[in-house]
Amino acid sequence: MTQFGRPVPFAAWGRIERGAYPMARPRFAGDLPGLFSAKERPGHVLGVGLGRSYGDSCLNNGGGLIAMDGLDRLIEIDKPGLVLRAQAGLSIGKALEALTQRGLTLPVLPGTRFATLGGAVANDVHGKNHALAGTFGRWVRRIGLVRSDGRTLSLAPGDAEGLFAATIGGLGLTGLIAWVEVGLNALDSDDVEIEDIPFETLADYYALMADHAGKAHRVAWIDCTHPGRGIFTHGTPARDEPGARHKTPPGPRFSVPFDGPGFLLNRFSLSLFNKLYRSLKARDGLRRMHYARFHFPLDSIGGWNRLYGGRGFRQYQCAVPKAVAREAVMEILNAVKKAGDGAFLAVLKEFGPLESPGLLSFPLEGSTLALDFRNRGQKTLALLETLDRIVLNAGGRIYPAKDGRVSAQTFQEMYPQWRALEALRDPAIRSDFWARATGMAR
Amino acid sequence: MSQAVAHRVIILGAQSAIAEAAARLFAAEGAQLVLAGRDLGRLNEIGDDLRVRGAAAVNAMELDLVAERSPIARLAEADEALGGASVILIAFGVLGDEERAETDAGEARRIIDGNFTSAAVWALAAANLLERRRAGVLMAIGSVAGDRGRASNAVYGAAKAGLAALMQGIAHRLAGTGARALVIKPGTVDTPMTAAFDKGPLWSKPEAIARVIWRAADRGGPVLYAPRWWRYLMWIVRAMPAPIMHRTRL
Repeated sequence: MTQFGRPVPFAAWGRIERGAYPMARPRFAGDLPGLFSAKERPGHVLGVGLGRSYGDSCLNNGGGLIAMDGLDRLIEIDKPGLVLRAQAGLSIGKALEALTQRGLTLPVLPGTRFATLGGAVANDVHGKNHALAGTFGRWVRRIGLVRSDGRTLSLAPGDAEGLFAATIGGLGLTGLIAWVEVGLNALDSDDVEIEDIPFETLADYYALMADHAGKAHRVAWIDCTHPGRGIFTHGTPARDEPGARHKTPPGPRFSVPFDGPGFLLNRFSLSLFNKLYRSLKARDGLRRMHYARFHFPLDSIGGWNRLYGGRGFRQYQCAVPKAVAREAVMEILNAVKKAGDGAFLAVLKEFGPLESPGLLSFPLEGSTLALDFRNRGQKTLALLETLDRIVLNAGGRIYPAKDGRVSAQTFQEMYPQWRALEALRDPAIRSDFWARATGMAR
Repeated sequence: MSQAVAHRVIILGAQSAIAEAAARLFAAEGAQLVLAGRDLGRLNEIGDDLRVRGAAAVNAMELDLVAERSPIARLAEADEALGGASVILIAFGVLGDEERAETDAGEARRIIDGNFTSAAVWALAAANLLERRRAGVLMAIGSVAGDRGRASNAVYGAAKAGLAALMQGIAHRLAGTGARALVIKPGTVDTPMTAAFDKGPLWSKPEAIARVIWRAADRGGPVLYAPRWWRYLMWIVRAMPAPIMHRTRL
């Protein structure tokens, strides 16, 4: 569909922020420039992928959305040169299907395969290997960008306007991302060799992280009912005999067909869940696991976001600098426990010193904590504001891809460079997140 | 998903989402393809992707399938480029504006020409080709809308019903020759879609239709519903007595 149709309901992944938006669904690259000049264009527009952003960075009240998932073609896979070029609407999962059967992989994988390449650029996503690989944006070589002034650009690092840097982590605001060229890694096996190690205190977590600093992937699950307790997991790409059979990634094991009753997620079930999860995961020794199960564990439950009930949920992800990380993380976990509103899913990782080329990139060297909260309205908002203060005091910041509520003042303190992105924003593009976080007039 | 021998496929109307999804399945097993459609740039965009996915060869053929004056010659060209097609898929069509067609003869004619008259000419040319060769399969994409006339798409449904009857007739004619013909009737298809949109449970993705097409290259016919359960749903719709049907606004 190369024009904007009737408003279509669209919800962010957290299912709190939602609306109905005139939507265009281009299928060909040549359709993109015309979407800006279409006479029925509903004011400002915003390119969106598969709607995996948790808050309102993928929404555009009063304007239109351009669903990019119809632009999902591979353009080139250069195996010896280790380069993939593909249209921006191709999902990470579909890209991996094409790559892994050739013994290749993307060097940085986010937590879901249902993100698009364009979304991976726009949010400068990271994986469990940030310390060694940095962000997705570090591997991007060129970006195809369509601007509302009619220009179709092929951006490389260091372009005169600064659009390449602004587009990486630029939340889709600098133009429509048409295609992405990204560097690849060779892959020997579809499996990852992993080990789970339980720990009792945050000091143990940091010691485990240090002990396994050379491992490709490092991540920890945190038990919010006992701050400091958790399970550390490290993973390394497995090695296979030459000619081993390629395994297609497993699909969802089951789907959530309707909204779960939110009240099931209370502090008692939370405590029980955490105990169970801990006892299930705490197995000894190294074991092998398909990369999709390791990198995208939640993708094995289709529509898992419905488990939080009809009111939806909020994810809070922050990064705090290394020097104060341990204290800040403990303070956050204590504040969460005190609020009696534990997170079902709490994930703690370390960001390394590798800098992203992105102007508004989220990662900074230190620790990053991600927490899911069932939506309890004002109570949840108040807790997250408390967490904002802890993060700000520590000199940290939150991840726009996960946010639907941070105040303009807080955001601007966390990202003083926001004005540089605003200066390069395409004047025909806006998002609800950006309007809120910059105090932009409607 | 590899089959014994990679197919040699002509797709008439290769720019449609269903056709492209099917082309990807054929490409993944190393097929050779000729993509016919209106816009060379778009055909090349699709073709590049098919090559990366494993197609042994992809040729684009820019032509207006509805207006084309010499389909026999063009089909022979495409067939020659492949060294003899094993699959010919007729995938073009127009949805049109049904409401306008009720009062505007031009729009009604456009819908009938775009879905039946032109498709029929290509189908007959392809049938002759495969009949002479005594091999290969001809497929056309019909619609469940052709199974029973309904107010909301009477003209479109009639054109697709005509195409289905023709394909059934061709299948009858080819029976015993070694060549096959069949019509694939998709239900409501979401082209191209994201999981985030609320669509009714009856909607399918182009990939689901494509799998039916891909399987039909080797077996099945002459009437295939896509997905398969539409066969039973349409059995009910056809059996519904008019007095009841007329009370609905389907």
